[in-house]
Amino acid sequence: MLRVDIQKQLGEFALAASFTSEGRVTGLFGASGSGKTSLINTIAGLVRPDRGTIVIDGETVDDTAAGIHVPTWRRRIGYVFQDARLFPHLDIRQNLDYGRRMNGLAQDPAQHKRVVDLLDIGALLDRRPGKLSGGERQRVALGRALLSKPRLLLLDEPLGALDESRKLEILPYLVRLRDEAGVPMVYVSHDAAELRQLATQIVMLRSGQVTAFGGVKVLTGGT
Amino acid sequence: MFEISPTEWTAILLSLRVAVIATLVATPFGIALAWLLARRDFWGKSLLDAAVHLPLVLPPVVTGYLLLLTFGKRGLVGGWLADHLGIVFAFRWTGAALACGVMSFPLLVRPIRLSIEAVDRRLEQAAETLGAAPWRVFATVTLPLALPGVLAGMVLGFAKAIGEFGATITFVSNIPGETQTISSAIYSLIQTPDGDIAAARLVIISVVLAVGALIAAEVFARRATARLHGQ
Repeated sequence: MLRVDIQKQLGEFALAASFTSEGRVTGLFGASGSGKTSLINTIAGLVRPDRGTIVIDGETVDDTAAGIHVPTWRRRIGYVFQDARLFPHLDIRQNLDYGRRMNGLAQDPAQHKRVVDLLDIGALLDRRPGKLSGGERQRVALGRALLSKPRLLLLDEPLGALDESRKLEILPYLVRLRDEAGVPMVYVSHDAAELRQLATQIVMLRSGQVTAFGGVKVLTGGT
Repeated sequence: MFEISPTEWTAILLSLRVAVIATLVATPFGIALAWLLARRDFWGKSLLDAAVHLPLVLPPVVTGYLLLLTFGKRGLVGGWLADHLGIVFAFRWTGAALACGVMSFPLLVRPIRLSIEAVDRRLEQAAETLGAAPWRVFATVTLPLALPGVLAGMVLGFAKAIGEFGATITFVSNIPGETQTISSAIYSLIQTPDGDIAAARLVIISVVLAVGALIAAEVFARRATARLHGQ
């Protein structure tokens, strides 16, 4: 479960969002500049709210009234950025293993194999990020986030930097992820078609405000 | 012409020892300071930045004299260190290393700072979302990615340390076998009648060492850059 009720002033821009989602995939939908990325960064702990609370999986990670702000690295979240952000000095195997090492988790070869198979990245393990295509990088970034065993997976326009054919290449993996990985996700996108395929719940944002919340059908109301 | 005398050997080995120790001891401090200057905002930052660069712009004899006042046997810090820890800098090779470390510090810090500034902060953010505590982000992402700058800074600092003269001779004098480095040996030789040829030998050796250090810096930087671009 994810509960968000926050306010944040970012220069001229005011973000105020309040919603509770039990869905497997919560889609944050809105045009660019609507505050989607600021909101997901607040959930990640990268942005600190001025007022409000955030509860992930029963744990209060932000509560300004109580002075609680759990730093990003202790939130046990996974974050897939638009620009994969693989570590260029590590090979793919080491990139995938990074979250496990940092969280002090035991090796889990079965989980490793499951994720590698799910994302079809077995052939890439010994390569360097610089040698991968955009789509391959994004699949590795997904795997890297999953293997840190997050309670919540945040995805900020993970297909945004890819061309149409690459998008179609990655989408089925995201659907499989939703159905098989068992990790709740928050999925940011400005593409209604993408969210119709993936999301189970929609939070619609316009100029920093939540304008609609509900099932995928709220998308038909237009932006 | 190319017979190197024992005194000259002593000076060469001493210079190498002084420069290696100065560089190795200064590097951790240099990395810490470079990180502070690159990534933190705090009161007095520009003052600290100026203080780091001071040895670059002060006359070396002034730096040497200040070191003598501070780290000499009757100096504020030097007296305490001698009484409590038994560490003596004045007129010892350790003092030469200290002088070289201080003089080369600005050259050591600058490339490290620039390379830390150049590390993509989005990668540090990604590391944080994967559960890395701030110091582990530094150790596993920032520092490895800044490695070319660290190596370049070390080589530059080393080259500066091996050629340092003014501050060293002011602080620890010019004692053969203890504080007489290549530079001070050359200085003594050119003041001695018939010292020209010996001085020329040492001049050639310092040129070789300096050029060697620059080539090493270039090679390190290229290798590290290739590695970091995921090749």
